[in-house]
Amino acid sequence: MLPGSWMEKRVTFKGWLLPLLLIAPQVVISAIFFFYPAGQAVWQSLFIPDPFGLSARFVGLGNFEFLLSDKFYRASFVTTAVFSILVTLCSMIPALFLAVIADRLIKGSGVYRTLLIWPYAVAPAVAGVLWLFMFNTRVGVVSWYLGQLGYDWNHVLNGGEAMGLVVVASAWGRISYNFLFFFAALQAVPRSVIEAAAIDGAHFWRRFFTIVLPLLSPTTFFLLVVNIVYAFFETFGVIHTITAGGPQQSTTILVYKVFSDGFVGQDLGSSSAQSVILLVVVGLLTVIQFKFIEKRVHY
Amino acid sequence: MKKLLIGALAASATFLTPLAATAQTEVQFWHAFTGRLGELVKAQVDDFNASQDEYTVVQSHKGNYSETLNAGIAAFRAGEQPHILMVFEVGTATMMAAEGAIKPVYEVMAESGAQFDPDAYIGAVKGYYTTTDGEMLSLPFNSSTPVLWVNRNAFEAAGVDPDTDLSTWQKVGETLDALKAGGEDCPLVTAWQSWIHLENLSAYHDVPFASKDNGFAGLDTELMLNGDVQVAHLTAMGDWAKDGKFIYTGRRNEGGANFRAGECALFTESSAGYAGIKAEAEFDFDVRPLPYWEGAGNAPQNTIIGGASLWVMEGHEAEDYKGVGEFLSYLSSSEVQAAWHQNTGYLPITVAAGEATRASGFYDENPGTDVAVKQMTANEPTANSKGLRLGSFDQIRGIIDEELEAIWSGDKSAQEAMDSAKERGDALLRRFESANR
Amino acid sequence: MAREVHGMVEKRGAGLWLTHLFMILGVLVIFFPIWLAFVASTVTQPEIVRPPMPIWPGDQFWVNYKAALFSGVNVPVGTMLFNSLVMAIGIAVGKIIISLLSAFAIVYFRFPGRNIFFWMIFLTLMLPVEVRIVPTFEVVAGFGMLNSYSGLILPLIASATATFLFRQFFLTIPDELAEAARVDGARPMRFFVDIVLPMSRTNVAALFVILFIYGWNQYLWPLLITTDPEMNTIVMGIKQMFPSGDDVAEWPVIMATSILAMIPPVIVVVSMQRLFIRGLVDSEK
Repeated sequence: MLPGSWMEKRVTFKGWLLPLLLIAPQVVISAIFFFYPAGQAVWQSLFIPDPFGLSARFVGLGNFEFLLSDKFYRASFVTTAVFSILVTLCSMIPALFLAVIADRLIKGSGVYRTLLIWPYAVAPAVAGVLWLFMFNTRVGVVSWYLGQLGYDWNHVLNGGEAMGLVVVASAWGRISYNFLFFFAALQAVPRSVIEAAAIDGAHFWRRFFTIVLPLLSPTTFFLLVVNIVYAFFETFGVIHTITAGGPQQSTTILVYKVFSDGFVGQDLGSSSAQSVILLVVVGLLTVIQFKFIEKRVHY
Repeated sequence: MKKLLIGALAASATFLTPLAATAQTEVQFWHAFTGRLGELVKAQVDDFNASQDEYTVVQSHKGNYSETLNAGIAAFRAGEQPHILMVFEVGTATMMAAEGAIKPVYEVMAESGAQFDPDAYIGAVKGYYTTTDGEMLSLPFNSSTPVLWVNRNAFEAAGVDPDTDLSTWQKVGETLDALKAGGEDCPLVTAWQSWIHLENLSAYHDVPFASKDNGFAGLDTELMLNGDVQVAHLTAMGDWAKDGKFIYTGRRNEGGANFRAGECALFTESSAGYAGIKAEAEFDFDVRPLPYWEGAGNAPQNTIIGGASLWVMEGHEAEDYKGVGEFLSYLSSSEVQAAWHQNTGYLPITVAAGEATRASGFYDENPGTDVAVKQMTANEPTANSKGLRLGSFDQIRGIIDEELEAIWSGDKSAQEAMDSAKERGDALLRRFESANR
Repeated sequence: MAREVHGMVEKRGAGLWLTHLFMILGVLVIFFPIWLAFVASTVTQPEIVRPPMPIWPGDQFWVNYKAALFSGVNVPVGTMLFNSLVMAIGIAVGKIIISLLSAFAIVYFRFPGRNIFFWMIFLTLMLPVEVRIVPTFEVVAGFGMLNSYSGLILPLIASATATFLFRQFFLTIPDELAEAARVDGARPMRFFVDIVLPMSRTNVAALFVILFIYGWNQYLWPLLITTDPEMNTIVMGIKQMFPSGDDVAEWPVIMATSILAMIPPVIVVVSMQRLFIRGLVDSEK
């Protein structure tokens, strides 16, 4: 059954050769660059290979046992959940707020919008550099001014501050992205609804929550899932640059561990096993995504 | 849409452009240096290329140390490996274990007939990269050792004599008290904490960091970094951290930014920090030997190196290896080494280069630049001070960093932290052992 | 798109000022890191390394940007910018084309294996390239695609996000249009070109922006597969300007390069924002 198969087209064209030709490029590319390598990763998770691929020892599920018996690996699930939720909240709430007030403006809204979407164009790896630059212990410009105010910023020792910093650095570019989606969604809200909400200025926000926000729920659900997936996978560049998973293990998220075990530790067996575990986790997330995206179609 | 399609066509046409082939024998050299060091490497390569016309060395920067090693490994798996790969010292065991992927330097040199005298290299430098039989596996390229940097102005500002004796940690401890009392906010800062405050600490006091001669004598090695000397040192450091006398700034050399900005009084960092400190520091600074604990272990033994060496990779034509041999021989020459040593603060790899530097009067003009050389070569290395050869060592350093952070933040005692580091590190060593059996 | 109601909302005095105030505050906070990067790219190294660094631009703009443009790490920044551009456009255009075609096939045809193919494509939503990077590298090397644009682009096209979004959109195209086309005896591809493509215009624009940014911002993949400096991309280049050992980072040049690296994606996002937003609105319906 296809996801949302009740949404099938009633009207279709005949023939089977043409659709096969049309779908072929994507299928071929997926097979070569996705399924074969992913299969390899699953296969490799059953071995302890040496880094150069010269030999490999079959260990069955040994790599999984090794991982799941490691309390730091288990802790990393919690870290990942905390990190992903924080990134999602910190990127969506300000974005929604900014989108709502941008939506209320005509004059100047273009200028604000243009400035607000810049961070989206900054690569996560570079964003990490920028934030580290500002928060370098004692010499970064922000931490220096904090020091003048009597606050001793030290994210290299304080796990909470480290988590805060990587969350903000990861969420920053996403605020722009989410802002664009929310802004677009608000523009699509029927004007009578906005009008009704706007009549009584003092209660704008209350009405916003009761009337406009529910209309944005498809977008919100969509962004929720997209941002969680982003926090899961695409933030490792930020963490790599700013904390390398530290202090202690306070910012070691799952995908960073895949990267660091595989590319710092050259332990491809463990790294592959972690990929497989991640695959399962993302599989679950995708099922959730289906539910929400299908729900979205009903609107 | 049309425009997009045209763009796609144009893009796909460029897919097929082959790389230009050249007639000369090409030697690929992948390294991890950028900025000024990258320029110096490029100059060495250009100079070699200009000196003869049989071989062309093509140098390419492949990211930082870890990234360069990864690129080399991935390329080997794909049959696209370079001839020469720069690998940092912690990757030594990984490379050594990869029989079939690497071609030992002594073999390359013997086959190529290039000029090569293993005895010309400084023992403490080459020791890290030779087998227990004394055969050189990789060519030491950039090596440094930790020293103590002093900001004289900060001492004066805190009312402490900048010429005070800082040879032992006991004396440093007293000085830190005085600096703190004199209003200094950042008395001590460090770079590369595991390398300086554990690996070098162990070698300097002639106590083992790991069993089996620090891993030189076999893969079945276990960490011994939870010994008395190490724990005592880390306990003292932990106390200093608690009192705000030792400021922790990060796992790498982040502390350098604080020291160079004049924020800190003392700085334990590699001798290779010289160029950066000289360029940015607007204060008078001194180089002192790394302090040791009076009465602990066998101190001062000798410190060990950090840095990188050049590994030759298997799978190329015999003709190529001749070129590799010539290039490595060129790199080892006294002039090249002396210039490298003087420009960077890295140690010379040959005795002759060190002597040439001394003869040129460089040490007199730049006081302190020979501290590292003296400290390294003061004593004949022992089994505890020859170096470290541990699998997955980069990852083990990560574990050590984590545990040290637990000490600095007061979450764990030094003993607890090091016991945990041993337990976690040993698990990785066992995995490495089973991968390379 | 303009709604009269806006005028009404705007007229309320205090509320309007408050709205502007919030907006300005938001922009200040969000834009600050970029401003700081710009400032850092216009001053000298000593001004940056000695805290506090200035927060207003200095007079070293030309010096730093000239250094960034003409020195680079392995190759000039211009070459890296060009490579990034080819990679980003290649990924965006390539993915859009194959996704349009396969989404069309899935939505408008019943053919053997359709379900299997759909699931196959859909599975690729999972597991980003970072997680399967070593085997993927081996495949690419096996095809001799190291140091080529195809090696940079193709593995990153193997993901289903765009296909899925197009499928969602095609499902909302009224059946009457396809019915009419069928009654007229129009061939499927005629229908695709005349009806479906023009209707998807804004969706294509929105996806182009998203995919362009995705391609532009890649770091780990180009780092691994480009061993020839001539093929380096700009994001790689910035990271490579950081010294790996004990040397110092040249902040003004690094920041100048970072700013240069932002310009093309910013141009794409800003110039296409109108279409982009319309594309998002359309796919909402």
